[in-house]
Amino acid sequence: MSQLTHEIRETARGLLRDGKVQVVIGYECGSLPLRSRPCFIRKEKDVEQLVWNSFCEPSLPRYLPKRKGSVAIIAKGCDSRALVELIKENQITREHLTILGVPCEGMVDRRRIESDIGHEPIINVEEKGGNLIVRTSNSEKTLTRKEYLYDHCMVCTHPVPVVYDVLLGQPQGLKGSNDTFSDVEDFSSLSPEKRWAFLEHEVQKCIRCYACRNACPMCYCPECFVDASRPQWVGKSTELSDTMIFHLVRAFHLAGRCVGCGACEQACPMGVDIRKLNRKLQKDVTDLFHYESGCSLEEITPLATFRTDDPEPCMVEP
Amino acid sequence: MKEPGKWEPKIIAFLCNWCSYAGADLAGISRIQYSPSIRIIRVPCSGRIDPLFILASLQKGADGVLVSGCHPGECHYLTGNYSARRKFALLKNLLEHVGIEEGRVQFSWVSASEGVRFAKVVEEVTACIRALGPANKLIKKVPGGLLDVSTHP
Repeated sequence: MSQLTHEIRETARGLLRDGKVQVVIGYECGSLPLRSRPCFIRKEKDVEQLVWNSFCEPSLPRYLPKRKGSVAIIAKGCDSRALVELIKENQITREHLTILGVPCEGMVDRRRIESDIGHEPIINVEEKGGNLIVRTSNSEKTLTRKEYLYDHCMVCTHPVPVVYDVLLGQPQGLKGSNDTFSDVEDFSSLSPEKRWAFLEHEVQKCIRCYACRNACPMCYCPECFVDASRPQWVGKSTELSDTMIFHLVRAFHLAGRCVGCGACEQACPMGVDIRKLNRKLQKDVTDLFHYESGCSLEEITPLATFRTDDPEPCMVEP
Repeated sequence: MKEPGKWEPKIIAFLCNWCSYAGADLAGISRIQYSPSIRIIRVPCSGRIDPLFILASLQKGADGVLVSGCHPGECHYLTGNYSARRKFALLKNLLEHVGIEEGRVQFSWVSASEGVRFAKVVEEVTACIRALGPANKLIKKVPGGLLDVSTHP
């Protein structure tokens, strides 16, 4: 058992014993290897379920809006940024929240491991140092953990939570990447036709299950624009333009709010490159409005404010 | 006048009630000639424009979209156009990023006294979209071809 798991369990035990919180939201082992799932611990005796490993990827702040009572939540860097945004948008109250910050070394992309291992079902995975030992029924393979991190973890600027009540583990030596948005620039350097063709290909995989929306910590509207029927702005079919508009508007609704946690992409059953659009908006918000989401409780979300000397998009000037 | 058989762009123009719509009105009562390519939709303020309106226009067969509001600092509601400006800047970049031609969606500021300017804006936007040709990327395709836009004149 890792040191962090132990710390998480003991902290949760203390909080529940003292009655400081009614529920601790954390992760437990999933029923399949390479999976951890959210769990809600209400009793002291259940804290042994809590774990911390390389697969604690679901975004937990997702479960906070509208929740009653006092809650403790395990927060990685990205999760803490989502919490900041949710607090600013008055979806959760800071007083009712105990944030157990966990410095995060990045989460492992199980799909890449599965595709590298091949057809044999994986029986278990052990983490040892910087390695993952993956066992199937008749083989054992040692993989370097760093090579299997999610793309969004590779460009993570805040591995250590920005806001917390208790910081567990060792934050020393964890440094955020200097995100230069090179992926966005690489894509921009393609011709418009190629960009459209790429996105057409991606979007055509979409089955409109809305898992991306449901997994996103920042999507909490009581009625989503895709569900609205009077008027029905977006067609519900999987026809290209309907799906493309869904993805464009979904990304746009997250402009200046997206914390880059990658929950959308992890949730997507069809492997759509959902972050392509989010990343572009993230870059533009940084370039135009000098704002990085979820980093400060004081700074106003860029689309909720303005400056009189904002850069103007090229306007028609006859 | 439109020459028979020649393709002319269909442009949806979202005009704010207080400036640009009045500017269009002034162009009309001043008998200023400009291309009959725009279909005007009056909105209370340029800040009312949801990016979805623009995308829905393109999906339903518009070849271009023009959004026009009061000049910065002159909004009837004081700050609506400032908020709009931020949204436009992001939307314009996003649309170009996904590969939609630059110029399909355009923004301008026209005040109520600028009838001549309004006509010029329309001419410029029309010329730009005429050069781009019919829109084909975001338009909704239904079985048997394109969405029948003749029912949405």
